[in-house]
Amino acid sequence: MNSSTIAPVEHAREEGLLARLGRALDRPQVLVWLMLGPAVLYIIAFVGFPFILAIALSLSDATIGDPSLDRYVGLANFAAVMRQDAFWIALRNSLLITAASIGLLLVLATAASELLVYSFRGKRLFQVLFILPWAMPVSLAAIAWLWLLDSQFSPVDWVLVQLGLLGPGSPLGPFSHLYYLGRPWLGIASLVVADVWRMLPLATIIVLAARLSIPEERFQQARIDGAGFFRILFRITIPALRPMLIVAILFTSLLIIGEMGMVEILTRGAPGHATQVLPYWAYLKGIQSGSLGQGAAIALFLFPFLLVAAVLALRAAYRSPEA
Amino acid sequence: MSVLTLRALSKRYGRIQAVDGVNLTSGEGELLAILGPSGSGKSTIMRLVAGLEMPTSGDILIDSKSVLGIPPKDRNVAMVFQSFALYPHMSVRDNILFPLVARKVPKPLRQPKLDQVSRMLGIEDLLDRRPTRLSGGQQQKVALARALVRDPELFVFDEPLSSLDAKIRSQAQAELRELHDRTGITMLYVTHDQIEALGLADRIAVINQGRLHQVGTPRELYMDPADLFVAGFVGTPPMNLLPIDDDTIAGLRPEHLRLASTASAAGDYALDLEVTVNQLEYLGSEWLAYGTVHSGLPEQGEPQQVIARLPAGTEPPFSTGDRCRFVGTHQDVRWFDRNTGKRKPAAVGAVA
Repeated sequence: MNSSTIAPVEHAREEGLLARLGRALDRPQVLVWLMLGPAVLYIIAFVGFPFILAIALSLSDATIGDPSLDRYVGLANFAAVMRQDAFWIALRNSLLITAASIGLLLVLATAASELLVYSFRGKRLFQVLFILPWAMPVSLAAIAWLWLLDSQFSPVDWVLVQLGLLGPGSPLGPFSHLYYLGRPWLGIASLVVADVWRMLPLATIIVLAARLSIPEERFQQARIDGAGFFRILFRITIPALRPMLIVAILFTSLLIIGEMGMVEILTRGAPGHATQVLPYWAYLKGIQSGSLGQGAAIALFLFPFLLVAAVLALRAAYRSPEA
Repeated sequence: MSVLTLRALSKRYGRIQAVDGVNLTSGEGELLAILGPSGSGKSTIMRLVAGLEMPTSGDILIDSKSVLGIPPKDRNVAMVFQSFALYPHMSVRDNILFPLVARKVPKPLRQPKLDQVSRMLGIEDLLDRRPTRLSGGQQQKVALARALVRDPELFVFDEPLSSLDAKIRSQAQAELRELHDRTGITMLYVTHDQIEALGLADRIAVINQGRLHQVGTPRELYMDPADLFVAGFVGTPPMNLLPIDDDTIAGLRPEHLRLASTASAAGDYALDLEVTVNQLEYLGSEWLAYGTVHSGLPEQGEPQQVIARLPAGTEPPFSTGDRCRFVGTHQDVRWFDRNTGKRKPAAVGAVA
């Protein structure tokens, strides 16, 4: 290299459409709206608008035949809904099924995440099988459960009979069938089992993520400090999992309480309204019977409570000490 | 006060031999450091002693009783991790009490122990705080209190100072030594930092690639390294290691590489080198001179680099680029077998 002169760097502004577009995209004010725009539009169109519409419907006398929002009836729909026994049964069942499912899910997800932390033979296969219920469409899963719990051909019944637990002279009674979906409490229990089965993968993934973020040294320290399995589980692991357990409760309970597919396929709320739940009852009232206003009122009934519960839960999760 | 003995201790992870036949016995109430570079197997030894891992072969004895097969919770070995591993959701008080609660120590006995250790470490005011709100130094004291509260037979430290700020490290080191002297508990102190080990330990075990290279007092390691690894690992800057012939390497500490004009013993030197000074570093308390050997060593492929350490009291009588005569006396030079790396008896290899 014998040249010692350095050419001055050009700083001239480039002109032309692309160059100007590029400069515009460099400005945060422009970029922010370009990036957020689609999401904001989506939320307005598919979440915000239907929600406002539901509130408007619940305060009007709209029916399938006359869906116009021209008459404001105040809380009349809510009052009408609350006069029906089926509503109260559905409310009780929704809360009961959700609470029972969450209780079971917490225990099972914590246990499963403890298992999945360790490596063992066939862990890959186990993980794939484990995630399967979550990957399966609800209707398909519900049909599988329908068959499993069939009144005549239930494989579960067959196994119980073979084990001598069911049938004449056995602890579970003289009949060879339990008629899971035809009896009120067994029906509710069946719905709980099916919901737990479906939600366990999601709950476990949330809990497992939290479990893996706990430094291994903390467990080793606890072992050296003299703690056994259960003391480590209850004094070290679960307190550290607490924020994510709250998140898992929130996610799965909102999914379960708003879900009607399982009920619709498994029991249709029968016998009578014994296994009725709020979303399915809202569907039956609002769409099947055509009373859009009452349907919306049923669907919205739990909204204020869920909102408060969700806010409190998220606050509790954030307030927890660093895990 | 307990004695820890490792007998032909080995640990293998798949194809990796992490610990390879280590024999080591602590003194009663001794502060024994295990010093080695990262990946040398020193942490594995510590985990084996604590019971977190099972050895592949060999034995671990505390007071001549084998502790193999005893789970960590039933070994009375306390450990302080590098991260301190405090329980973040418990108060400092509950952290310290945890080992007592876990060991089902009766309630009336807990409070006096808590008072005793928190007073000893000066953390009485922190008991209601959460560990996450404490400084590194305070966290370390809480971890020490938690380890101390149950009167362990043996203390195991995993680099306890390395997560502290450099500023408070020397103070924490002094406090650690004082704690040891006051309690008299045998301590195993694992570190990669030789300054820490030299300054703190009664004796140091130097480990590399799972093998024990030397056990000795800091002075023994520094003055009489048992092999080339110890010679090159202990001391900053390390020993000058100069190949003499096919069999011999001469080792000389930088402070023992003296200018011929200032050396005491005139004439009969083990090493007599012509050195070009390439670089001169002023470090406050001393000078370091980096140089290249011109003559005084047998012809080699590469010219040898050497480092000399000079006290900072006086200006060095040379500057960068000068060619000077540096010497090492028979008393200061250590000889090593080039093939085995082991120390050789003095004055076998003579330099022309």
